[in-house]
Amino acid sequence: MEEVIQDKDLESKEYFINMGPQHPSTHGVLRLVLSLDGEIIRKVEPHLGFIHRSIEKMCEHDVYNQIVHLTDRMDYLSCHINNEAVCLCVEQALQLEIPDRIKVIRTIIGELTRLSSHQLWWGVMGMDLGAITSFLYGFRDREMITDIFEETCGARLTMNYNLPGGLMFDIHPNFQKRTKDFIAHFKKKLPEYDTLLSNNVIFRQRTKGIGYLSKEDAISYGVTGPTARASGFSCDVRKHHPYSGYDKVQFKEILDTEGDCYARYKCRIAEMWESMSIIEQLIDNIPEGPHKVPTKAVIKLPKGEWYQKVETARGEFGVYIISEGQKSPYRLKFRSPGFSNLSALDHMARGCKIADLVAIMSTLDLVIPDIDR
Amino acid sequence: MKSIINYFKEIFSGLKSLMQGMKVTGHYFTHPKEIITQQYPENRETLKMFERFRGEVVLLHDENNEHKCTGCSACEVACPNGTIEIIPKRIEVEGRKVKAIDQFVYHLQMCTMCGLCIPACPTDAIVMANTFEHAVFDRSKLTKILNKPGSKIMDGIK
Repeated sequence: MEEVIQDKDLESKEYFINMGPQHPSTHGVLRLVLSLDGEIIRKVEPHLGFIHRSIEKMCEHDVYNQIVHLTDRMDYLSCHINNEAVCLCVEQALQLEIPDRIKVIRTIIGELTRLSSHQLWWGVMGMDLGAITSFLYGFRDREMITDIFEETCGARLTMNYNLPGGLMFDIHPNFQKRTKDFIAHFKKKLPEYDTLLSNNVIFRQRTKGIGYLSKEDAISYGVTGPTARASGFSCDVRKHHPYSGYDKVQFKEILDTEGDCYARYKCRIAEMWESMSIIEQLIDNIPEGPHKVPTKAVIKLPKGEWYQKVETARGEFGVYIISEGQKSPYRLKFRSPGFSNLSALDHMARGCKIADLVAIMSTLDLVIPDIDR
Repeated sequence: MKSIINYFKEIFSGLKSLMQGMKVTGHYFTHPKEIITQQYPENRETLKMFERFRGEVVLLHDENNEHKCTGCSACEVACPNGTIEIIPKRIEVEGRKVKAIDQFVYHLQMCTMCGLCIPACPTDAIVMANTFEHAVFDRSKLTKILNKPGSKIMDGIK
């Protein structure tokens, strides 16, 4: 005991602490090894692998129709957009002409997915910072979207609505009415989010000026999505490389220059408004036509390599297929946004307090199955 | 002097923001009709799932205990996880030996509810049911045999 007290260097010594893998604010099984000096973070080291399911390897044994449903299990909050990426890549390889109806429906459901993901993120962000109320409000509005999904796609979360060459089934007759109802409802409720959390003085103090990421760092770490756009890096795939129906609609790319936690928060809130405006432009103009292009029961791709990227709620999601002419790919690589965004965490968190790390992680909007795959 | 004024300004604007937030929560506290919570286990009788909801695979039987499954194994091939296992047998119909199902084994514990088996079926013998309460006490209860005992194939299905 005496020896410990006499150790004068004790205060200046760095020590290590584990945050996770079962910490409630790590949003899953992410283990962070923190190197601390008092309460100040010197280094953050993420340790992955707790939820690795070898999805890329499993894809090498599945036919292309079956691969689609595995991507539901990666970033489960933007599952429809992940499915779309695989389908677009296969369609690109087959050089299939996709009718406008399928493109528009994919875009609408993709934007609904983005909205539901951001609503969940908003609720969880408040909860991470100690405001449980926001979680309930976020889930109240998200419930309406999951109802739309359940009615049209058949599931609330892992929808598997896309197929290479179209959709599983046509939209439900109630789809348009329900979506319009939701937009009308959510336009009234979104200002509530601002009153509850954005303008809250405690929330502002905890996020403003915390976790700064400059534009140069965002580019060099490969950060994409709202996280990078809050730093001023224009990287919206929907704008720069439009896919599906995004070339037909008018929308703004939300950019901010501050690059702190509050800027990332504002960026996502503004994206919700943009998503709603995209849906409003398309919902009344769904063209007539088939919901599926006839393809072979077992699709075989020609020999070659293809890459397709889409914008999920977290950033750029890419699918890279190498085919040897067989019914399953020789190699399939997913570029997941969460993995690259997590790599910038160490840079952003250095010099912050432990409590700030929770705020930074929330604004990165991490989904661990997306990182580990 | 200015810093003192700013200091008090911050305090009052902060308090104001908190009060505005309390106003929203207070509104819902006094308007319980706007809350949409469902009392789930109590509303089991009235709870109706959407018709497309994918709960589990069932083999349809009609009132004569007949089904449409020919045992072609198309669903077994379409399934990504090996959830469906068809054990065939040979039966004699009008003097000829024909393939039919002995057991339609369904491993619910491996099913991801992707729904790929439904469009794969050439005779529309299987559908996705709306049931969702799958919890059981023993894992072996999740392996189900979908064809009912004594059932046979409908006439005219090939």
